[in-house]
Amino acid sequence: MTISQTRNVGLPLMKLVRWKGVPILQQLHLEEQLLRTSSENWCIINDGANDPTIVMGISGKPAQLLKLDSVLNDRIPVIRRYTGGGTVVVDCGTVFVTFICNKDAVPGLQPYPQPIMSWSSLLYALVFRGFGDFSLRENDYAFGNHKFGGNAQSITKNRWIHHTSFLWDYEARNMAYLKLPARAPEYRVARDHLEFICRMKDYMPRSVFVDRTIKAVETHFSVRPVELEAMETNLNSKFPHSTKLLTEQELEAAAFESHFEKALSHSL
Amino acid sequence: MALRMWASSTANALRVSCASKAHVSPAFSLSRCFSSVLDGLKYATSHEWVKHEGSVATIGITDHAQDHLGEVVFVEIPEPGGSVSKGNGFGAVESVKATSDVNSPISGEVVEVNSKLSEAPGLINSSPYEDGWMIKVKPSNPSELESLMGPKEYTKFCEEEDAAH
Repeated sequence: MTISQTRNVGLPLMKLVRWKGVPILQQLHLEEQLLRTSSENWCIINDGANDPTIVMGISGKPAQLLKLDSVLNDRIPVIRRYTGGGTVVVDCGTVFVTFICNKDAVPGLQPYPQPIMSWSSLLYALVFRGFGDFSLRENDYAFGNHKFGGNAQSITKNRWIHHTSFLWDYEARNMAYLKLPARAPEYRVARDHLEFICRMKDYMPRSVFVDRTIKAVETHFSVRPVELEAMETNLNSKFPHSTKLLTEQELEAAAFESHFEKALSHSL
Repeated sequence: MALRMWASSTANALRVSCASKAHVSPAFSLSRCFSSVLDGLKYATSHEWVKHEGSVATIGITDHAQDHLGEVVFVEIPEPGGSVSKGNGFGAVESVKATSDVNSPISGEVVEVNSKLSEAPGLINSSPYEDGWMIKVKPSNPSELESLMGPKEYTKFCEEEDAAH
């Protein structure tokens, strides 16, 4: 047995899926299916989505969160995902890292939002050590007071998922689709998007981030890479996904309602 | 509890700051703030409660659950007329960044849902056993209630769960 194999003895197994440019809708569909139908631990790293896409949390209301006229005009896809949390615009400059775990996978970790968030921050503290002033600011990963990673979770009876969208790079014009959210972390202090967020590429090389993330995961799990083809054949195409791509009709209805309410409030 | 103390001290060493609502106790405190557990209710290991009165059972999540989840911002509950089955999910609560499944302790038909939760999801935090009730069910198998925990058993269950972490 090699030294690295010896070190992994006793660690729970985690299957690692490494993608590049897989559409975010496909990723979210796979994640939810693995959360609800698999009994194994998974790490999914998707290095870049494809086209710009807006992704809201489970309770997201387009009229409240998005500048719908621009979204409709530019035909930007809008997804409502199965996890909680806020709204992001993702594209090829976004790197996604997802952990799907059995509730007993991390010894001593209670399957509730804050303990999972804290545990994840300790893992990423290893990743970013020496590269920037990394911290968990409320529920965001930040360098100083600039957010570069947004988190969301879903917790079932026996499993949990924690996923992060990392802003490797972004287009300023894409951020313009988002309104200032009503619910925001205190440290944001009403800054608009471009003043609030930062680019990871200003802190570390992209490949270094992915490699160090995998190494950090290996301190908790025995990691086994899994090929995508093998993944696809295991998936049940009849699984009822909660994550939905909103239709143009739904977005137009939301825009109409928003205009109507604005007109109503002006007339009062 | 042990992991939370470890995580907190390690987090401080690594300059990780956590949300103000993080459940972190002082490192050497001998006292703990216990969540409330009511008499007259039955409890599931997934932290839901049931109040059986006549032909209807009311279901919600416990004070322990709402305390650990944090501020509830959105609640997903079924429509009346649907059915629930013991141990399976019937809805979810969103607490800032997380959605958490809510499971039914018993099987039956949903006869009423708490419509106030759509406008006031925080009732689950402020009044988990009263105004924060989630659904009312007509039990299809009342004997399922017997396998649930009573107040003392549930209190001990929560203490052991917290102590193990």
